[in-house]
Amino acid sequence: MVGSASASPRGEDTFPKILMHNAKVFGSRTAFREKDFGIWQSWTWSEVSEEIRAFSIGLKSLGLKAGDKIAIVGANRPRLYWAMVAAQAVGAVPVPVYSDSVAEEMAYVLGHAEVTFAVVEDQEQVDKLLSMADEVPSLEEIVYDEERGLRDYDHSHLHGYASVQAKGRDLIAKTPSLAADWEAEFAGGKGSDIAVMLYTSGTTGRPKGVMLSFDNLVISARNGNAFDRLDETEEVLAYLPMAWIGDHVFSLAQAFTAAYCVNCPESMDTIDVDRLEIAPSYFFAPPRVFENMLTRIMVRMEDAGKAKRRMFDYFMDVARRVGEKILNGEQVAFKDRLLYAIGEFCVYGPLKNRMGLTRMKVGYTAGEAIGPEIFRFFRSLGLNLKQLYGQTEASVYITLQPDGEIYGDTVGKPAPDVELKIAESGEVMYRSPGVFVGYFKNDEATASTKTADGWVHTGDAGIIAENGHLKIIDRAKDVGKLNDGSLFAPKYIENKLKFFPNIKEAVAFGHEKDMVAVFLNIDLTAVGSWAERNNVNYASYQELASHPDVYSMIEGHVDQVNRDLSREPMMAGAQIRRFLILHKELDADDGELTRTQKVRRSFIAERYAPLIDALYDGSTSKHVRTEVTFEDGRKGAIEATVEIRDMVPHDAGKGMQEAAE
Amino acid sequence: MNAFVTEKTLAPAGTEDRAEREILLKVDNVSLSFGGVKAITDISFDIQKGEIRAIIGPNGAGKTSMLNVINGFYHPQEGTITWRGKVRRKMKPYEAASQGIARTFQNVALFKGMTTLDNIMSGRSLKMNRNFFWQLMWRGPAEREEIEHRRKVEDIIDFLEIQAIRKTPVGRLPYGLQKRVELGRALAMEPELLLLDEPMAGMNLEEKEDMSRFIIDVNQEFGTTIALIEHDMGVVMDLSDRVVVLDYGKKIADGPPEEVQASQAVIDAYLGVSH
Repeated sequence: MVGSASASPRGEDTFPKILMHNAKVFGSRTAFREKDFGIWQSWTWSEVSEEIRAFSIGLKSLGLKAGDKIAIVGANRPRLYWAMVAAQAVGAVPVPVYSDSVAEEMAYVLGHAEVTFAVVEDQEQVDKLLSMADEVPSLEEIVYDEERGLRDYDHSHLHGYASVQAKGRDLIAKTPSLAADWEAEFAGGKGSDIAVMLYTSGTTGRPKGVMLSFDNLVISARNGNAFDRLDETEEVLAYLPMAWIGDHVFSLAQAFTAAYCVNCPESMDTIDVDRLEIAPSYFFAPPRVFENMLTRIMVRMEDAGKAKRRMFDYFMDVARRVGEKILNGEQVAFKDRLLYAIGEFCVYGPLKNRMGLTRMKVGYTAGEAIGPEIFRFFRSLGLNLKQLYGQTEASVYITLQPDGEIYGDTVGKPAPDVELKIAESGEVMYRSPGVFVGYFKNDEATASTKTADGWVHTGDAGIIAENGHLKIIDRAKDVGKLNDGSLFAPKYIENKLKFFPNIKEAVAFGHEKDMVAVFLNIDLTAVGSWAERNNVNYASYQELASHPDVYSMIEGHVDQVNRDLSREPMMAGAQIRRFLILHKELDADDGELTRTQKVRRSFIAERYAPLIDALYDGSTSKHVRTEVTFEDGRKGAIEATVEIRDMVPHDAGKGMQEAAE
Repeated sequence: MNAFVTEKTLAPAGTEDRAEREILLKVDNVSLSFGGVKAITDISFDIQKGEIRAIIGPNGAGKTSMLNVINGFYHPQEGTITWRGKVRRKMKPYEAASQGIARTFQNVALFKGMTTLDNIMSGRSLKMNRNFFWQLMWRGPAEREEIEHRRKVEDIIDFLEIQAIRKTPVGRLPYGLQKRVELGRALAMEPELLLLDEPMAGMNLEEKEDMSRFIIDVNQEFGTTIALIEHDMGVVMDLSDRVVVLDYGKKIADGPPEEVQASQAVIDAYLGVSH
């Protein structure tokens, strides 16, 4: 039954149609799981189709029409994913929103999208939406999933998820033909209809609403499935923000087209345990997650007994030597294979189990560059971790690393159906079936991003290496020049710094300046553990960051980066000459990072202008006062005196003597 | 136009006619002394079903003693306590507990070596019907009963959002979370009256906000009557329906928060006046 030619979902071009197909073909397979009350609750495809139908008809009875926008706000929950497809079945367009964004940010997005309905997770989100009622005049009805705390609210325009579903079920019970009508309605839907609107987190300026059609998502998802041979047996963990294109494609588009199972964690704090229980076979995570896993392992190994530590060190050494070769299918001596097998039993297996990656068939990391050390660590354990390069505007996939062709410094070859070229300015451009329809209510931005013949500007500067792989250098507009003319690629320097576990965030300055200077954030987990082992007392991030020993340690890292830079002819001129450790962690709530944790360079330059001046006026310390915003919107201030250190640059290549002061 | 602009969506708190509420617990002319020290002198007040009742006062005012009297730990020399319409005889704390009075403590009193789950489970021991031998045999009725209890405990874990620490020994948890676990254990008894002794002592602003939210939710979702002692006046004024103020073991004010706040006697007690 399963796998026959007629079971291929090729004819279905929208998610409601694919849903009905899956319910027919994979009816008894598990489609969604959510951990609730300590137990994994599951729903099969036929149950999911019933849930979605009831909710969809319920929504319609509340007045949701084709063309309406419906906001989806909350953490990853099956019911919220269902709500998106339920809305699509009626012809409405779901607009998933970052649930942790502050009210002001969310109000802009909802107001701009002109949402009429909202499906939210709980009271917190209901309160947020009610507070912004003035800015979102189009909002008519709110549906919530978790009813706690909402009992005393006026329910004239507020509905529980279950009650909307009950309404739908009642209607079907009364008029049984309604179910067929409902199916007939979306049977007429086309692949070119708008499926979803995702707001880009916006490293620059206001977020833009990217309109993606069913064709964009369905074709990209099918290509992705084919590329990594994903089928209905996969398990994924849905834990990344639902408003992010990555999650939308992995947990909805690919899940529906391949009919695999999506698992929603119990809460954001239990992800590690939940991942261990599910052991996803297809796993996606930003580099940060892999960094955290590695840091945690290393910290725990520091505390382990001598024998265990020696065993760990020995076998990790074996893995470093031959692990990647074995994974890539290269020739390896029999003795090493044997050692690796023993290592698998003693060290790698248990480690993978601990991280919940035992069953991982393919893993991807994207969004930021991953540290080569970290990347190699996971691959040497026999985990097929790869990098990809993607964008919301491309329905994720632009380039992918094919199995066996993994290079740490590139992001892979063009994904299926994707054409790639480098513009004269050095900017990467692509054309694919996943290319977005346009930005919502912003034709100007659409025109400047997408050319008439369908090529899209990525905004990233890159080169295509001889082996056909794409290498990204930096944001195109961020690449600058020092006053002496040397090339300055801030991201390149920052990533080199961030590869040290002790450094969490880095911001480099240098465009149109005499030299390169950086702001740093230390990693509280890694440096905190170091402090514990070295009897360094501290009460706060601020105190630890300004500790002289921490400064010396970080100075060593910066020096190492300079040495690396000096070896690269193009980058040798941009060595770091001065650095400081910031007195507070960069935070999305203060607008310093985007919601996907990327640095907002221009904002930081403005906010910390006095510190930047101090970096370039030669002073050795600077007193600053910074305003911070708490999650509930209240403000406070942090004051500190920040120390600035000078660095001696390394000779570039030939041993040219440079006057070092 | 917008459906949410004009309407007031939150029902104003405490506007229901208070007089019609049933009185759950009544304290009449209670006095308690330890040797020559008079801890409580001639205090009377009542707690109505379904309300949040705050007991406040400066240090040493006799607030905790009052809670100890209510849950049967101290026995007052004078006065009567009426619980659900019946005058209560001298009783032991566990009898008070089995009648539906649960409490948390000023200093966290959990089993440090046990997990969060086990600690909350221990709160259900009074509800376990099968005797020791059944428990020992485990299979059959005892197993079914345990599953039922575990379900209740999981409800509480979900309610208090402590899923992530389900299997963590409480000794390893930060203070704010321990307080939450303690609240969970008290809730596991499914009490009718919940006594909270400084539930927010030593917490930061965010933890206080969380805890306040939980207290309101317990009150609204489970209909549990709550009597709490708290020093943070902002919290007291926001949470409680009625406040009773003690000073040197005497009652100096009783009424809705706004009224108490304006009372000269209360201001004097807190700020001090020359006697």
